[in-house]
Amino acid sequence: MVLTFIIPVLALLVIGVIALFNTLTGPSEKDITIVGYVDHTGIFTEHTDLGIVKLIAFTSEEEALKGLINQEISEYFIVASDFTNSGNIQRYALTDEFGSSLVTGQMIKDFLTWNLLKEDVPPEIIGLILTPMNPEVTKLEESGEIAEVQGDIGNIIVPSLFSFLLSMAFMFGANSLISGLGEEKESRLIEVLYSSISVRQLLIGKIMALGAAGLLQVVVWLFSAPLILNLATSVLGGFLINIQIPPNFIILGIVYFVLGYLLFAILSVTIGGISPSANDGHNLSMFYIMASYIPLWTIGLMINSPEKPIWVLLSLFPVTAPTQMMLRLAVSDIPLWQTLTSLGILIFTVIAGQYLSIKIFRVYMLMYGKRPGAAEIMRSLRNV
Amino acid sequence: MKTVEVNNIYKAYGDVTAVNDLSFSVKPGEILGLIGPNGAGKSSTNKIILDFMKPDSGQVKIFNQKMDEGLKDKIGYLPEERGLYRRLTAIELILYLASLKGISRGKAEQKADELLIQTGMYENRNKKNKEMSKGMGQLIQFIVTVVHDPELIILDEPFSGLDPVRTESIQSIISHLRDEGKSIILSTHQMNKVEELCNRVLMINHGRTVLYGGVNEIRTKFRKNSIQVDVEGEMGDLPGVIERIPRNGSIELVLEEDVKPQLILDILYDRNLIINRFEITTPSLNEIFLELAGVKRE
Repeated sequence: MVLTFIIPVLALLVIGVIALFNTLTGPSEKDITIVGYVDHTGIFTEHTDLGIVKLIAFTSEEEALKGLINQEISEYFIVASDFTNSGNIQRYALTDEFGSSLVTGQMIKDFLTWNLLKEDVPPEIIGLILTPMNPEVTKLEESGEIAEVQGDIGNIIVPSLFSFLLSMAFMFGANSLISGLGEEKESRLIEVLYSSISVRQLLIGKIMALGAAGLLQVVVWLFSAPLILNLATSVLGGFLINIQIPPNFIILGIVYFVLGYLLFAILSVTIGGISPSANDGHNLSMFYIMASYIPLWTIGLMINSPEKPIWVLLSLFPVTAPTQMMLRLAVSDIPLWQTLTSLGILIFTVIAGQYLSIKIFRVYMLMYGKRPGAAEIMRSLRNV
Repeated sequence: MKTVEVNNIYKAYGDVTAVNDLSFSVKPGEILGLIGPNGAGKSSTNKIILDFMKPDSGQVKIFNQKMDEGLKDKIGYLPEERGLYRRLTAIELILYLASLKGISRGKAEQKADELLIQTGMYENRNKKNKEMSKGMGQLIQFIVTVVHDPELIILDEPFSGLDPVRTESIQSIISHLRDEGKSIILSTHQMNKVEELCNRVLMINHGRTVLYGGVNEIRTKFRKNSIQVDVEGEMGDLPGVIERIPRNGSIELVLEEDVKPQLILDILYDRNLIINRFEITTPSLNEIFLELAGVKRE
């Protein structure tokens, strides 16, 4: 429950701290690089304030050198008198070539270009020459319509984060169920419970109680995500501006969460039922908990070709389907048949799993001390 | 009407027979003592009655019908090994488990408070279970077992680990429940408690019935032709006495089969001895149990 509100609150806190920091400090003097130059041509006089780089003209190389040694400037360059013919620039710095900033180099180029063109070209054209392209790519459907999911790399951030939190929620839910059942088995409270209610009521009660708490968690996360993103965009700007949350993400997010949560809860009560202790149950549960993280581990491979059979397979496999589908949804359109098949398999697994888990739990919940093997469980299922 | 009726139940785990052709019944207002050595099949029998597991053969009827979920609210069960939700307080735990038995919070709270007072646990009402001693925890579990006013109560070793004061308070509640007409199955190793509380006893070993009947009936049945005597002075030779066994300050006189105790009393009286004790020996359930279990008496 703590995690439910901690995640959004933490995100808001981080945004707030960054905003406060920016407000209080503003651009720091230390962040601005002062570069000196000696111009032997007399052309380079304008456009010396380049934001994070400022250029200061020196009348002689000796003065520039003195400024460098006194650390008034971080480097200086010489524009030779035959520059317009040779194009040679000599940069002097106290660091080696690798230490000099690429950004500073680009800024010097912009400064030189600006001054070379200023007599003959209007300033707005010079601006375009310096930054000739600000591409905005729009992904189209085969029909020619604009695709709903634009595949911006930034778009993967929210679904990745959500998938990660989803896997975490599954893990915490599974651990909580196994610990609870372990405690009840070890203390024999399970016998008291079973003398009051049926196995079906016991298991469904446990799954529903935890599922409701988990659902609240995911709903809070999903609905707070757009709000936090908007806030973050206005405060931090940058690449966040281009992030869009896929339109069906919230609905499918809730559906996959509910089904995924039910599946993990059913697996966990089954494991809790056959395990002699909570520790033993936790060890066994690692198999399916880790499996739910596979889509996150392989996200880098999936982004470029989300329609490859392996990713489709992971979208259909019940344990990986919730996280894999959320991630694929962020980078491509998923064919309807895949979504429906994935949901169908998940629903079938949940129903069949619940039926089997009740049977298994009924047989093994009162057995203490040793965990049954797979063959023994199969035998028991045939006899129940 | 019988509350519990068990007919010829049989249960085996692989090659091990846990319950073998067991039959018994419990009536309202009766406490049946279920006794036997470890591994005798007591817990398995309880679990079959509660429908935790099915017998391989035989039948169990509770309230004259096969066990089903609807009957669970009428049953209270205290397992032998006990534990509590450690993070809950005593009253939270009692109310939660009472709610599973379908009784309202108000009624459960009122009954819980009554029982907490009766067991001397009221001051621990709001204490977390993890802060309680083992004995206190056991009392809470006992309260959980009876708070919903069940008709059938199955108690597995309810006195183990309790001090004499708490034992007494639980014993008193059990007696009271019996007087109210509840049916109680009491599994315990404490034979003296069975003698004090139970109307009838079922002794089992290796899953089979060794003894079954009224407590007094069984004790009378196992009575030997002997007397416990404590006199001041020398008794001298006594006709018909086979053996003299010193016991706790008195002497047990084992008599020949056709010799009446009255004859010995008359002789002692005629010899002008001061008689402090003259009692026909009746074996305790413990002695009967040990005898049947093959353990020789001292």
